[in-house]
Amino acid sequence: MTMARAVSSRRSLLGHSYNLVGVVASLVILAWTLVAIFAPYVIPHPIGDIVDDDYFGPMRQGLWLGSDYLGRDMLSRVLMGARYTVGISLAAVSIACFSGVVLGMIAAVTGGWLDTCLSRFLDAMNSIPSKLFGLVVVAAVGSSIPVLILTLAVIYIPGAYRFARALAVNINTMDFMTVARVRGESTVYLIGSEILPNIIRPVLADFGLRFVFIVLLLSGLSFLGLGLQPPLADWGALVRENIGGLPFAAPAVIVPSLAIASLTISVNLLIDNLPQKIRDRDA
Amino acid sequence: MKSGVLNLVLKRLAVAVVTLLIVLFAVFFATSMLPGDTASILLGQAATPEAVAGLREAMHLNDPAILRFLRWLLGLLHGDLGTSYANEMPVAALIGGRFVNTMKLAGITTLISVPLALTLGITAAMLRGSFFDRAVTILSIGVISVPEFMVATLAVLLFAVYLRWLPALSSVNEAHSLADLVRIFAMPVITLTFVISAQMIRMTRAAVIETLSTPYVEMALLKGASRSRMVLRHALPNALGPIVNAVALSLSYLVGGVIIVETIFNYPGIAKLMVDAVATRDLPLIQSCAMIFCLGYLLLITAADIVAIMSNPRLR
Repeated sequence: MTMARAVSSRRSLLGHSYNLVGVVASLVILAWTLVAIFAPYVIPHPIGDIVDDDYFGPMRQGLWLGSDYLGRDMLSRVLMGARYTVGISLAAVSIACFSGVVLGMIAAVTGGWLDTCLSRFLDAMNSIPSKLFGLVVVAAVGSSIPVLILTLAVIYIPGAYRFARALAVNINTMDFMTVARVRGESTVYLIGSEILPNIIRPVLADFGLRFVFIVLLLSGLSFLGLGLQPPLADWGALVRENIGGLPFAAPAVIVPSLAIASLTISVNLLIDNLPQKIRDRDA
Repeated sequence: MKSGVLNLVLKRLAVAVVTLLIVLFAVFFATSMLPGDTASILLGQAATPEAVAGLREAMHLNDPAILRFLRWLLGLLHGDLGTSYANEMPVAALIGGRFVNTMKLAGITTLISVPLALTLGITAAMLRGSFFDRAVTILSIGVISVPEFMVATLAVLLFAVYLRWLPALSSVNEAHSLADLVRIFAMPVITLTFVISAQMIRMTRAAVIETLSTPYVEMALLKGASRSRMVLRHALPNALGPIVNAVALSLSYLVGGVIIVETIFNYPGIAKLMVDAVATRDLPLIQSCAMIFCLGYLLLITAADIVAIMSNPRLR
């Protein structure tokens, strides 16, 4: 996500495409990133403290986003929730994309039985619905942050692999690849210096999309009670624990939902508004 | 030439069968990792170690995993899904009614969302760049970008809390009249329709736009064909393959969608059954539910691929 943004801002500085929607989306993403990093230093109340006599309190001075089902400060909880939602998703998407892209490039360069086996196996993994997989694994080994990160990463490795392999197969047929092979370069050199620079832009755009999928899946799991466990709470868990406020339209249930939506919609809009050159498969 | 297509389709089907086996294997092993010993859970805390050991023996829990997997697979082929650990009922009996409920939900959603999404997707592509197109695009990006539970929450907020048109919970057994039926299915179906349609609209729009940029459509434009004729006669028949592909792929999102929707609306379907089974660690039930979901998902994505193969004119 952050890298996709860096790419976009560099392009717009060069004057290639100045797009209002893209800029606004980048700003929202930047804001949430900063919140995720600095949340512990800026929250007005500790997240566990009960500061309101009333539960599902309305927005008012001092409690800018109202209070939750126990009377805890919602603003602090949402800010800290950003940490978990953004942090876990970012860690998971980094693992997924790194492994997927490296495996994809290796499969494309070496070909043969390795390529066939890897593709078959990962395609089969892809045929397990993501939510079902998350449900079964998290139920099986319990839910902790490392388990969540690994589960989410494993679920999205096949997609990243497929995407990178398709791109790398095209590059693999180019003349410069043949030349490099004739020179006797190693596989590491081939994927690192010949293939990667040619597919990095679409891969970064894919990174952003996959980040959105992971945020959505994590929130969905947390909402089902299978994600982050109390006292920790990401945005999905915040919606779950405050769902009782829905009949009164309490800010405690609406604000975390809006937080998820603002992050995921921004990433999607940013990628949609990237210059064609970056987004395209054959960039 | 025709045999080329047939070969590809057969190959794809073979891949699907292999995939199914791998998936079944994965489901079986993932559920075998569930924490806690089933025998001691079943007998409760007061059980003696001898009783637990006896039950483990009776349930073949001490056998190697591969043996249990093969036994389970053999049972599946005979239509025997095993016995629920939690209440001793055959899994098939537990699943039967629930399965029908979920299929009803999926069926109604499909009947509503497919025509809706195709109409919106195709018109948006025809009127590309217009206000209508932008509204549809932004709305569908919005729906795709938010979790399913949020769509459901918003629907409850709007229809049950503010407008008070519909009940927030479902209970299929209370249906006495058509009006009851509509009230029961409305909320889950609305939520699922939003989720599925958004995907379908985006893919359909992209497919039609791609066809509209081909030389033969430009030719149609240059010879003076009207806009609707250009789209309906020249572009649409060629975009049909990608569109059907998009429909099948989008419908596979139903699998993830129903898990959330059935839980939120307390709809007595198979996904709710499975989420409950995870809570009680009911192994045979989880395995069977997961298998049904994987099977449905696999069927849809295989269908999507086969349509894509058949509709490719270069292979015909």
